[in-house]
Amino acid sequence: MRASGRAGVSTISAAVLPAPRTLRARRVILALAALLPLCLLLSLGSGAVNLGVAESLSALYQAIAGEKSSQAAVIIGQIRLPRALLAALVGGVLAVTGAATQGLFRNPLADPSLIGVTAGASLGASLAIVSAGTFTAGLLGFSVVSLGAFVGGLLTVALVYRLAQSGSGTSVATMLLAGIAVTALAGSVGSLLEYQASNEMLRRISLWRMGGLDGANYQRLLVAALVCTPVLAALPRFAIPLNAMLLGESEARHLGIDVDRVKWSLIVWVAVGVGTCVALAGTIAFVGLVVPHIVRLMIGPDHRPLLPACVLAGACLLLLADTLARTLMAPAELPVGVVTALVGVPFFVSLLRRRHQYGMQ
Amino acid sequence: MSLLSLDSVCVSPWGSELLANISFELRAGEVLGLLGPNGAGKTTLLNLLCGAISPSAGSLQLGGRPMAEWRIRERARAQAVLPQQSSLNFPYTVEEVILLGRTPHASGASCDREILGATLEATDTVELRHRLYTQLSGGEKQRVQLARVFAQLWRPQDSDVRLLLLDEPTSALDLSHQQLVMNAVGTLAEQGCAVVMVLHDLNLAARYTDLCLVLDRGGQHGPGTPGDVFTPEMFREVFDVEVKIGRHPDADFPLVIQ
Repeated sequence: MRASGRAGVSTISAAVLPAPRTLRARRVILALAALLPLCLLLSLGSGAVNLGVAESLSALYQAIAGEKSSQAAVIIGQIRLPRALLAALVGGVLAVTGAATQGLFRNPLADPSLIGVTAGASLGASLAIVSAGTFTAGLLGFSVVSLGAFVGGLLTVALVYRLAQSGSGTSVATMLLAGIAVTALAGSVGSLLEYQASNEMLRRISLWRMGGLDGANYQRLLVAALVCTPVLAALPRFAIPLNAMLLGESEARHLGIDVDRVKWSLIVWVAVGVGTCVALAGTIAFVGLVVPHIVRLMIGPDHRPLLPACVLAGACLLLLADTLARTLMAPAELPVGVVTALVGVPFFVSLLRRRHQYGMQ
Repeated sequence: MSLLSLDSVCVSPWGSELLANISFELRAGEVLGLLGPNGAGKTTLLNLLCGAISPSAGSLQLGGRPMAEWRIRERARAQAVLPQQSSLNFPYTVEEVILLGRTPHASGASCDREILGATLEATDTVELRHRLYTQLSGGEKQRVQLARVFAQLWRPQDSDVRLLLLDEPTSALDLSHQQLVMNAVGTLAEQGCAVVMVLHDLNLAARYTDLCLVLDRGGQHGPGTPGDVFTPEMFREVFDVEVKIGRHPDADFPLVIQ
């Protein structure tokens, strides 16, 4: 027999040593976990008023302790802390839902907007801006625009999912095509609305589209945390089904995965997570696409480390992007969606050109 | 008791009948070769056996229970399926792909890594184990996928009923790897695993199967030992070819000479 001659040694080493990727994944997650507080600190310290590390930390302590003695404590406590935490939360959710969507569609170039949630939210927001006019009070501190975006996003996903359903289950390929069709439809209805809108409305629509975290406050942060924490807790539990589904849907079924239930739950979690993020921060490009890509490049496609690592990396990336957006042209502020796209596109193109080096087809 | 039993099973997934009145039984430890011309229904029968489609008439039982009563996870512990082609395009390492075969079991990491070592060896993929699956050749990919389904059924204590379904497992393999893989299938069968495999190589089927079933436009010839099923008349009727049947010089199985 060909194999048995060298079997003794290799069996022992294969059985005892963990795979090199597992060790690497652990190191990457630890590094990201260490990086996140640093990004948070950088974000708290920089802005129109620059604060040093020690200053930021003492101001943060004062803000948490409830003292509003210094100007720094007010800036950090009232403005920068809720914004930074919201950025971290939104970034984490966008990245992890992106990773889950790529696994679900078995396509490393997929992102959550494929199932229509972003386009639907955009349409919902435009509708709200055009029809509500000057009425912007909303509910629980939420503008009508945010609510419109959230509802629009969820309705679109429901429509896409419904279109992809047939007697024999839900076809992922059909869902992709339905997502494209519904996205196009939402886009053209949106254009029609813009055609009707006044100049002031047009400007608000286009600003909203670019995305931004400038509306951050504790009320929004609380809502975001209430919705996003369950999403962040739930998605990593689908790591093993997602791992099996990368082989193919029927293969996953033969490995004991209830594929249709997994698909449905994933779509719901992704829609709720992304819908909330878009409602709170507008459309933020490329985080859901690029972050999972980068992380997969470092630790491979195993979703058990991939999903938590994406949460951390997405949080870091959006914190940095938002810091850049606030400081690049200070005191003016760039929409964060513009920064993520400006940084993300060149990076993504370079990934595309080198994809064969890491085994992507 | 038979591990797998089909009693006049018909299959008509889109109205037209693809399989008509198929009946056979398979006991633990038996290897059944599934043969037939293109479009005869071999893959349809395999899809039926793995629960992807259900019979429109007749009864299909696995381990003495109707197939539809098996829960999905429980069936995955009892049954592994190698499809003809794989569409995996994420850069898993070879080890990660094989370990996916342990998904339905909760046997623990150290046990899984032992099984990984054994299946790497059984498919001659030890040296590939840290390579990326997407960068392998067709034959190497096929061996890795085989190792994955072997890993799923490797331990006798994981399930009382074990059925391995292979759709053209050797289509991309060279001669020595064909023998290696067939011997590994034989070893699994000796430990009580039943095997159904679609094969196109008649001499491979004659040598490595206990029983052969020939499908012909929805109907069946056999099952029987290769010696009983492989007759010039059967080949004339089913495949529309003239062949001579000889004997292997050293062992008791037929040779098909075209």
